[in-house]
Amino acid sequence: MKPDLFRYAAPQAFFPVAGKLIPWFSVLAGVLALIGLYIAFFVAPTDFQQGEAYRIIFIHVPAAWMSMFIYLVMAGWAGMGLALNTRLSGMMASALAPTGAMFTFIALWSGALWGKPTWGTYWVWDARLTSELILLFLYLGFIALKGAIADPVRADRAGAVLALLGAVNVPIIYFSVQWWNTLHQGSSINLMAAPTMAATMLAGMLVMALAAWMYGVAATLARLRNIILERERDADWVRLQRSAA
Amino acid sequence: MNWGGVNEFLAMGGYGFYVWGSYGVAALCIFLEIFFLRSKRQKS
Repeated sequence: MKPDLFRYAAPQAFFPVAGKLIPWFSVLAGVLALIGLYIAFFVAPTDFQQGEAYRIIFIHVPAAWMSMFIYLVMAGWAGMGLALNTRLSGMMASALAPTGAMFTFIALWSGALWGKPTWGTYWVWDARLTSELILLFLYLGFIALKGAIADPVRADRAGAVLALLGAVNVPIIYFSVQWWNTLHQGSSINLMAAPTMAATMLAGMLVMALAAWMYGVAATLARLRNIILERERDADWVRLQRSAA
Repeated sequence: MNWGGVNEFLAMGGYGFYVWGSYGVAALCIFLEIFFLRSKRQKS
């Protein structure tokens, strides 16, 4: 079992696999997004308190979930690289960071545009919003730190330490609405209790979240291939690849 | 079906700026990411 799994830790072995997977995840993301948007705008009813403004939920919540989830996956890969010295891990972490930062930005942006009509302000320094903003800075810090270190092995190690330390922030974001008295509402969905929202709203949110997830996988794999080509540019297999293309 | 026409759909019950501002910027981000990934791919 072990040799098979670790075979794909070699960039050369994973490169073509990633290439085959990208179209599948892209198509899945597109189809799910179309279904999700259809539910979001044409099936889910108007909210009796917020009117149509609540429809921001279908982009806001999936983006916010992805921002935290991608960070944990990124920290996981970075930690694995630190512990096992697997070559692909650091590249995987680098490939995840920009997409994670993008989802964090979308969550903050859509949250601001949702806050204005419902709370009367684009921004407050409450625990949920502040910790999510820190998440954006952690992503940007991770990208900047890795970019600033020329030696990729050292860049991976330094980045991994930052990613792992920053992972403390993710449970803080998630539980902030319980631990502190935030203007941001508590979660409408958790694993222990029935959701406190209409079934069609929930369905739209989950389908959009799946779409975001599939998109995240596709974008990350595409970036991973770019990173592999760049880092292994002097390897024979990349030269062959290039002359074949 | 929630809407009586295109204008009603775009107005979003008076919240058009906020709703379309959210979805528009999200779409722009995704479009830009795909664009940069592709252009980088072609260079390498």
